[in-house]
Amino acid sequence: MREVAVIGIGMKRWGEIWEYSIRDLLVQSALMALDDAGVDKVDAMYIGCMSSGLFCDQEHLGSIGPDMAGLCPTPGIRIESACASGGLAFRTGYMHVASGMADMVMAAGVEKMTDVDGGKATFALATAAEQEYEVYNGVTFPGLYAMMANHHMNKYGTTRDQLAQVAVKNHHNGSMNPLAQFRMKVTADQVKNAVMVSDPLTLLDCSPITDGSAAVILCSMDKAKELSKKRLVKVTGSGHASDTIQLAQRDDLSFLKSTAVAADEAFKMAGRKPSDMDFAEVHDCFTIAEIMVIEALGFADKGKGGPATTDGKTALDGEIPINASGGLKSKGHPVGATGVAQIVELTKQIRGEADEGRQLKKADIGLAQNMGGSGASSVVHILEGA
Amino acid sequence: MSGPRYWREMPQRYRLEAVKCKKCGKVLFPPRQICPACKSRDFEETKINDKGKVEAFTIIRVPPSQFTDQSPYPVAIVNVGDGVKVLCQVADCEPEDLKIGMPVKIEFRLIQKEGHGGILNYGYKCVPA
Repeated sequence: MREVAVIGIGMKRWGEIWEYSIRDLLVQSALMALDDAGVDKVDAMYIGCMSSGLFCDQEHLGSIGPDMAGLCPTPGIRIESACASGGLAFRTGYMHVASGMADMVMAAGVEKMTDVDGGKATFALATAAEQEYEVYNGVTFPGLYAMMANHHMNKYGTTRDQLAQVAVKNHHNGSMNPLAQFRMKVTADQVKNAVMVSDPLTLLDCSPITDGSAAVILCSMDKAKELSKKRLVKVTGSGHASDTIQLAQRDDLSFLKSTAVAADEAFKMAGRKPSDMDFAEVHDCFTIAEIMVIEALGFADKGKGGPATTDGKTALDGEIPINASGGLKSKGHPVGATGVAQIVELTKQIRGEADEGRQLKKADIGLAQNMGGSGASSVVHILEGA
Repeated sequence: MSGPRYWREMPQRYRLEAVKCKKCGKVLFPPRQICPACKSRDFEETKINDKGKVEAFTIIRVPPSQFTDQSPYPVAIVNVGDGVKVLCQVADCEPEDLKIGMPVKIEFRLIQKEGHGGILNYGYKCVPA
């Protein structure tokens, strides 16, 4: 396989964006990424999207993407793995270039979630869970993560305050990110006293419903050296794994095995270990998710993700800053776009282009972790400044 | 849920029917075509235990639309032994009485009413034992 670099990134502010359609959102990021890379064509366009059908009555993004981005007859490929769709679109694009079959591809992600009401959005998101034995019995996504939290708290003594601290930290980081959906800071008391969604998780333990997109340009390292004037960001590790679609069928409800397996693959490929990482963007769809993810990635021991958070280990000035962008919690979670936005953030940090206040002092090696459902699929990437 | 889809699942939902791998003995609920543990495709029919213990729980306060009239309601993952865990609602139980490790019994219950016609969908819920 050949070396691959990220040479272009594109992302606009996320939020409740009524004035633009799903195609507008997708094309905005796509054009920004092309401009940032200084190119006007790619060999293929990968598009991570979970459910444009249920959210917007529109499938076939594999045509709409290239068409609206002015790239026809470039092929478009829609990639779906629930909330890991974006990370997987990036991985698939990476493999396309690494294999030598393409020199340059775009990996984009998009979701337009606010054109439907809350009930329909909840239904669309729930299709990432198992329909016949989970959704049928009335469980929701917050409900599944709430049971993981309940199990983790009982097994390891993780506290309500530790969960809240994840939201406090990520909103603090997001308050300095002009692209974030919810830029307000929150206190632990606000998180704990917010309306209960699924015990013990309150509204402020949950990531929001968001409209948004993100796009990056992947290019062979040889060509990147000719084209790019910016610091090259090399993809050194990529991993992907699955787990049972039903949460109940896992031996340990408190451990995200798919994340651990995907991370192991990425670390081996990069010849790196968790302590080599300068920072990471992880899938904090719920506060408990970040705690479980940092344990699965090896940034904290099993059961110690809560104390690692309250001790400041994952803060901007900590040993391993987690979600300097604000994470899904503050930045928002347009599901198909999230994994690509993590790559945008890693690239910004490595280039030194992140916003004032949240640009990390040392950001040469970063990790992105994106997952689908209750951890039934997980994608991990390692990016390094060349 | 469409009629055929509901009908297919009746043996599991109504009678807790499962399969047991003839090679490694793993019990699979709902039934599968291949054993994820040993890759055998040779199974015998069995039933899962109707008694178990709560391994994790929550209370759903923002429900999907077809469960609105039941909200708030508890949901649990119940370990019924033989390596089998099931997710189901907890009935006849005050949310504050729920505890991890609590013994429960699985019973045949109405789960939801389907669509405008209100077709009754049955299945299992657990109750305190």
